[in-house]
Amino acid sequence: MGRTLAEKVWDDHVVRRAEGEPDLLFIDLHLLHEVTSPQAFDGLRKSGRQVRRLDLTIATEDHNTPTLDIDKPIADPVSRVQLETLRKNCAEFGVRLHPLGDVEQGVVHVVGPQLGLTQPGTTVVCGDSHTSTHGAFGALAFGIGTSQVEHVLATQTLPMAPPKTMAITVEGELPADVTAKDLILAIIAKIGTGGGQGYVLEYRGSAIEKLSMEARMTICNMSIEAGARAGMIAPDTTTFDYLQGRAHAPKGEDWDAAVAYWKTLRSDDDAVFDAEVVIDAAGLAPFVTWGTNPGQGAPLSANVPDPASYEDASERFAAEKALEYMGLTAGQPLREIKVDTVFVGSCTNGRIEDLRAAAALMDGRKVADGVRMLIVPGSVRVALQAIEEGLDKVFTAAGAEWRHAGCSMCLGMNPDQLAPGERSASTSNRNFEGRQGKGGRTHLVSPQVAAATAVLGHLAAPVDLSDVPTLVEA
Amino acid sequence: MAMEAFTAHTGRAVPLRRSNVDTDQIIPAHWLKKVTRDGFEDGLFEAWRKDPEFVLNRPEREGATVLVAGPDFGTGSSREHAVWALQNYGFKAVISSRFADIFRGNSLKNGLLTVVLDQKTVDALWDVVEADPTAEITVDLEDRQVRAGSITADFELDENARWRLLNGLDDISITLQNEPSIAAYEASRPSHKPSTVRL
Repeated sequence: MGRTLAEKVWDDHVVRRAEGEPDLLFIDLHLLHEVTSPQAFDGLRKSGRQVRRLDLTIATEDHNTPTLDIDKPIADPVSRVQLETLRKNCAEFGVRLHPLGDVEQGVVHVVGPQLGLTQPGTTVVCGDSHTSTHGAFGALAFGIGTSQVEHVLATQTLPMAPPKTMAITVEGELPADVTAKDLILAIIAKIGTGGGQGYVLEYRGSAIEKLSMEARMTICNMSIEAGARAGMIAPDTTTFDYLQGRAHAPKGEDWDAAVAYWKTLRSDDDAVFDAEVVIDAAGLAPFVTWGTNPGQGAPLSANVPDPASYEDASERFAAEKALEYMGLTAGQPLREIKVDTVFVGSCTNGRIEDLRAAAALMDGRKVADGVRMLIVPGSVRVALQAIEEGLDKVFTAAGAEWRHAGCSMCLGMNPDQLAPGERSASTSNRNFEGRQGKGGRTHLVSPQVAAATAVLGHLAAPVDLSDVPTLVEA
Repeated sequence: MAMEAFTAHTGRAVPLRRSNVDTDQIIPAHWLKKVTRDGFEDGLFEAWRKDPEFVLNRPEREGATVLVAGPDFGTGSSREHAVWALQNYGFKAVISSRFADIFRGNSLKNGLLTVVLDQKTVDALWDVVEADPTAEITVDLEDRQVRAGSITADFELDENARWRLLNGLDDISITLQNEPSIAAYEASRPSHKPSTVRL
């Protein structure tokens, strides 16, 4: 019988398989950051262990770093201690670190791919649930807890039971203004926040094959919001072209050998998935969330749903709670929801293509009165590229704030937060209660919807901007 | 890290009638700045605890050690701090019809027993502990059984995870017993695999 992509990568990493035990899986790449690693390093110290494979380990600072005044000491003493702890641990154990201020610093899931470290057919882990991002390259990549971080540091392996596999096939052509973000939000709304539990998702079909690497990363990134630890896309020439020439991509004969291997990384025609979902790309539209989990979303043209319309009692209760928290009324058109803040950034949508898409719509336009717009590049490299293209100027001319790279308002650990009751349109991945700041209300959107929303002051799609002339035209 | 062994536990319960309780609710992000595994008890469900009527704040729930939660408990962020917060507060076991994968893995690594029961049984447990806050729930790992009042429900947990929990075994030590297998695998890895060594 044929094997799925996930099964092939899994099988290639089994160090030990024994009856009645989880497989012992080898880990090719371990990414670290300041928030989920300190207790793991402590554990190593207490048991007198070392990092087994420094050559497969790399750290950066992202979750807890400021996006303003990065040349000054960090104001919050607790945050400062956490960053200093990572620096101390990396120095003590010999781990390569890209700290705040370094040119390779940035959100860990932006840094890995841009260095060329994330490669097809590898296993990638990080103490962060959005590690699923790296699956866009045909890697098996998943988030782990701190105990597992310690385990990987000490052994470069993880004991794990093989996951089930789910095919998510997206055929056809995405309509204009419909992005990878809209697609993944629609998928999560369809299968639910628990729909992917226990599965590795494989996104496939003609609509997926047409996506750029960055769009594929946006899709795989949010697999965890459907409950799946990992999402994958089979590598193809788009993948190989993205990787070729990157700092840590294979070179020379290694490159040829790698590509030959990578080409085998496709689900066989006779492979059997444990579950299958089919999506028609042509039927999709810009998609936004109205509730407090990423599965509570709808096309922008829809209205806020009526909780009474849910048959399932716990879903009905969840919808009631969500509307109460979000300050929304059933039946209210989503397009009429006014926002206070627009956030463009995160491991979901903080890459150069995202900034280009938002900038193209902001060019010559203004952020609406009373709206704050934050642009936070996913990494220093992304920021430098954007500056070279003049995107920073486009944003600042429109009245947006151009910030330093980091996770920022995606999770509100640093000072970039919503005030209680404040409402955002955010290109990030989670609309949980209080996620972007205590009492903050989050609508998840694509970079294009974020830009249109910033200009109009209410949730909007690019098409709504046709009535808003750019300054050049005016 | 070696963890505490878990054989069986009996205690009063907190009924949490909510689905999709994400780890941001269990422990908000600003608590994640701490670099220790303890001291998270005050952060547990911090936002909800501002409401004096929130179930955890009810005097009759003080000292409860078993959390009976709605479906999809522990979704979202991989933060193990969520498990530590539950343990620091005093919880020994969590019951739900469905747990998020990463949370479940984290809980079992720390000796916080997460028990999956069907929603009907969870509903019945809610009814029992809401009708009588002094009612105790027993979570018995040796017999793989939950007992409360007239309710007896078997649960599944794979034998390997159960064995590790019952004995409080340190995963890393177990893995390192297979060091020769790891070394042999490493020797066979192709040279095109990525390396983080600075160029």
